Amino acid sequence: MPHEPGVRLMQGNEACAEGALAAGLDFFAGYPITPSTEVAEFLAERLPRTGGTFIQMEDEIASMAAVVGASLAGARAMTATSGPGFSLKQENLGFAALVEAPCVVVNVQRQGPSTGLPTSPSQGDIMQARWGTHGDHPAVVLAPWSVHECFDLTVTAFNLAERLRIPVILLTDEVIGHMREKVTLPDPSSIRRESRPRIPPRTPGALPYEDRHSDVPPMAVFGDGNRAHVTGLLHDRRGYPIGPGPEAAALIRRLQAKVDARRSELAMVHGEMLDDAEVVVVAVGCVARSALRAVRLARQEGIAAGFLRPITVWPFPEERLARLAEEVRGFVVPEMNLGQLVYEVERAVRGRAAVRAYSRVDGNLITPEEVLGALREVARP
Amino acid sequence: MATLKELASRPERLTGGHRLCAGCGASIVVRQILAAVDNPMVVGCATGCLEVATTIYPYTAWRTSYIHNAFENVAATISGVEAAYRALKRRGKVTEDFRFVAIGGDGGTYDIGFQALSGTLERGHRLLYLCYDNQAYMNTGIQRSSATPLGAETTTSPVGSVRPGKDRPRKDLTAIVVAHEVPYAAQAAPHRWRDLVGKARKALDTDGPTFLNVLAPCPRGWRFDPSRTIEILTLAVDTCFWPLYEVVDGKWILNYRPKEKLPVAEFLKVQGRFAHLFRADNRPVLEALQAEVDRKWEALLRRAEA
Repeated sequence: MPHEPGVRLMQGNEACAEGALAAGLDFFAGYPITPSTEVAEFLAERLPRTGGTFIQMEDEIASMAAVVGASLAGARAMTATSGPGFSLKQENLGFAALVEAPCVVVNVQRQGPSTGLPTSPSQGDIMQARWGTHGDHPAVVLAPWSVHECFDLTVTAFNLAERLRIPVILLTDEVIGHMREKVTLPDPSSIRRESRPRIPPRTPGALPYEDRHSDVPPMAVFGDGNRAHVTGLLHDRRGYPIGPGPEAAALIRRLQAKVDARRSELAMVHGEMLDDAEVVVVAVGCVARSALRAVRLARQEGIAAGFLRPITVWPFPEERLARLAEEVRGFVVPEMNLGQLVYEVERAVRGRAAVRAYSRVDGNLITPEEVLGALREVARP
Repeated sequence: MATLKELASRPERLTGGHRLCAGCGASIVVRQILAAVDNPMVVGCATGCLEVATTIYPYTAWRTSYIHNAFENVAATISGVEAAYRALKRRGKVTEDFRFVAIGGDGGTYDIGFQALSGTLERGHRLLYLCYDNQAYMNTGIQRSSATPLGAETTTSPVGSVRPGKDRPRKDLTAIVVAHEVPYAAQAAPHRWRDLVGKARKALDTDGPTFLNVLAPCPRGWRFDPSRTIEILTLAVDTCFWPLYEVVDGKWILNYRPKEKLPVAEFLKVQGRFAHLFRADNRPVLEALQAEVDRKWEALLRRAEA
């Protein structure tokens, strides 16, 4: 049952679930955890009506494992979690990356570490979303800043996951997840759905982990009559285990290259007032809302401030930052952690402009006034 | 056995002022259990209503040593404390006779904490694991768990024209614990306080892993008036929905046999979570639930007589 197009008032978690349905979600495996639970609750009611499957698993390890299993069976699969649950999903996130199982993982960030402040927003998982599982692996992480964008980016997350055969993470936070605001739901027929490349049924000798024409090989979906041998061991182009050597390296490099080769397309940004900017605020998610307000206030004071919001956190839009670094005096990076995004900004800027971090970890939002204060310091040293 | 008056005069280890809901079964259960012995205690709580509502910023309701760890970890965390205590005691660095209690709700015990519970029981730590079973994830807003009964409505087992609430029966956790061949395991309910306190004392006096599964009604999740907690517990036990028994070194002992075994509908009809089961189209679910209760009761009687 597709949604009714039109203007609605809804919560970020609801918009995310609605986006997943619009993207053709077949399967959701979840486990209750604040502040993400509404995604599961909404889909428990709505997904079965579309013919899809909702299951509640016994924990987050199991829900992530079930999502990978469902993906290998051909389903468009998703799970949603937060903080401690995201930590538990890490092993199977690596598994999904290695066996190239397309899936979407929603992480509604809350203040950690451990149980932390379960009902307060945070951006403490920016690095975990990239590096949380062990070993080298590709990562695409999208960070919406509004309820509407929760809808849009969930659709995008599915399309990227399917096209690249990778897990895609939607990184929201408690404020974005629980806030209610206006959303304009598009006509369901206007939503583009991409699907993973698949080996046609019963294709003798098909290779699910290598393709001469593409770095994303077609998938041997269980039940299609092709040999589908899936393992968490490093594997050859048939999926069979391999030992150390060039074949192992080639696999790891190909997996990473699926993202690296598409950096410019994947690394989406939202910029405002950048043309003449001397100081640029770089912020994501809920903090970007305060940041944009701060930039406007700074302009009223005569500071040539600009706004850059990485919509894609990973791969980080470093080329865009590098170009800006040639033109501006400095950057301000407000974030709700002790400094994670700022490392990436510093890496892209390479000392060519000042980079000022602004941290807040008390579970409360960064205010526009706080960002404005940091902007003034960089603009008028 | 202490009288109720004596029990009430003991120092409270879980003090008042916590924010558990009116009519919540969990605090009644915990207070009775902690009053069972005088030894100093280390208490561990898994994430859940009890943990959240007894440790609201900037207060704590606990007058024991206390550890909260994330959802899946309480049994393993207290295992570490107990093992270290034994080592320290061996070396004479601790002289007092401590008791260790790990507490989880049904989500933290039947589901996410199950692996840690099983490992703890198998390793043979001397501790009591208490499950306060309120039959769903109440802390996050009433999602189904593997302790949720067949036919109960939760936010992740919603009721509609097709689905009658949860479509699977409960997991029999107490029997699973017994299969670990622990020296003491029991099921209890706090309205039979003498039974519960006696079980807690036996468990805490046992040199090995012990387990109590105690029914803890939740007025919000079960949807009943908070004044009716004790009445609902009575119905749970008198319908044999929640039998009271203990298993001591493998021997099954029935602790209470209702004078008249009531139909399970008597327990269900006072709770909003089962209201839909009284619709004509859901009659098969109601019958299946009664059949499940009957089957398990008969099996319990056979085990207790063997």
